[in-house]
Amino acid sequence: MYNAKAVIAGIVIFVVLASSPFWLGYRGKNYTSTGVVLPKDEKSCIEDTEFMRAQHMRLLNEWRDEALRNENRVYVSAKDGRKWTISLQNTCVKCHNNYQEFCEKCHVANSVYPYCWTCHIIPTEGK
Amino acid sequence: MNTSRRNFLKVAGLSAFALTSGMAALGGTAQAQIAPGRYEKGAKALTAKRWAMVIDTRKFNGPEDYKPLIEACHKVHNVPDIPTDQNIKWFWLDKYQHVFPDDMNPHLNERTKKASFPLLCNHCTNPPCVRVCPTQATYKMADGIIAMDYHRCIGCRFCMAGCPYGARSFNFVDPRKYLPAEAPNPAYPTRMIGVVEKCTFCAERLAEGKMPACVEASGGKILFGDLEDPNSTVRQALAANFSIRRKPNLGTQPGVYYLI
Repeated sequence: MYNAKAVIAGIVIFVVLASSPFWLGYRGKNYTSTGVVLPKDEKSCIEDTEFMRAQHMRLLNEWRDEALRNENRVYVSAKDGRKWTISLQNTCVKCHNNYQEFCEKCHVANSVYPYCWTCHIIPTEGK
Repeated sequence: MNTSRRNFLKVAGLSAFALTSGMAALGGTAQAQIAPGRYEKGAKALTAKRWAMVIDTRKFNGPEDYKPLIEACHKVHNVPDIPTDQNIKWFWLDKYQHVFPDDMNPHLNERTKKASFPLLCNHCTNPPCVRVCPTQATYKMADGIIAMDYHRCIGCRFCMAGCPYGARSFNFVDPRKYLPAEAPNPAYPTRMIGVVEKCTFCAERLAEGKMPACVEASGGKILFGDLEDPNSTVRQALAANFSIRRKPNLGTQPGVYYLI
C-alpha cells in the first residue's frame, strides 16, 4: 500500500475519535436522576410515571387541542378512570406546584426551554 | 410475455383502483391519540347549537353603566389596560355612527346620537378572520364560537385586516407589563407579545356551566343563549323586539344583536 504508515495511523486516529463518545461514556459518571421533587400531597398522576416522563409534552399538546377545539375539557384516565379537568394552569400545576424543583430540574438538565409561562401563570408557591 | 393492449389496461386499471382505495382508507383514519385515556365534555358544561348574544341597549343609560361589565370581562381574562393606541380590546364602547355606520343619518335623535354602544367580537357565522388565518390559530367551533389558540398564532395580523368590526387586538408589547404583579385571575392565562387576541364568548366559563362574565355582570340587560332553540331567552327577545346587527350587508351574519 502506498504510504501505508500514514494511512493506517490516520484510520486508527479516526476510529478512536469517532468512537470516543462511547468509551468516554463508560469512564464517565453513572446516570443520576435530575433530582425532581415529586408533589407531596398527591401520590397518583393522571397516567403512570413512565408515560408521563416520556410523553407529557405530547399529552399537553393533545389536551390543548381537545379542550380548545373540540370542547372536550375532561380527561378520563386509563389508569384508574379518574376524571381530570384539562388545564395546565388549574390541574397539572395544582399538584406540581414547585416550578424550580419539578419542571425546571429536568428541563435545564436536558437543555429544554419551553415557553409555557409567557402566557400561563407560573406556580408561585415554589418561588 | 405477450399481452394484448386490452388486458394490460384491465390490469393497470384494477391495480390503480386497489392502490388508491387502500390509500383512501388510510387517509380516513384519525391521527393516533397519544393519551391512553379518553376525552369527554364537562358534566356541567352549557351547550348550544349556536351561541348568540342580545344586548338591550335601551336599559343602559350611559358609559358608566357599561363600566362594571368591562371590568368584569377584563378581570376574568387578564386583559391589560394600555394607555396608548396599542390597547387591548375585548369589550369596549363607541358611538352609534361608528358602530352602525350603515344606519347613520344626520337627523338621528339626540339620545341615540350621544349614547355609547358596547362592542365585542361578533362571533360571525361567516367569519372573515377564520378564512384568512394561515395557521388555523383562529377557528369556528361547532357551537358557533370563534375561538383562538394562541399557541398557533404567528402574529401575522391577517385576521385584524379581515375583521370588519375591529374586534381583534395585537399585543405590540408584553401585556404582563400592564397587569398587576399578581394577575387579576390566576386561573386564566395571560397572552404574550406578538399574538392577536379577542373576546371568546367566555368559552372557558361556559364549559364550567357559567354564563359569560359580561352577561353575569349586566344583571339581565344582556341575554345569552342558543339561537337555534326557539324557546331560548335570546330568541324570545328577538321575537318581541326590533333588533339590528353590525354591518349586515357584509354577509358575515354576526351573533351579537342590539336592541335599540
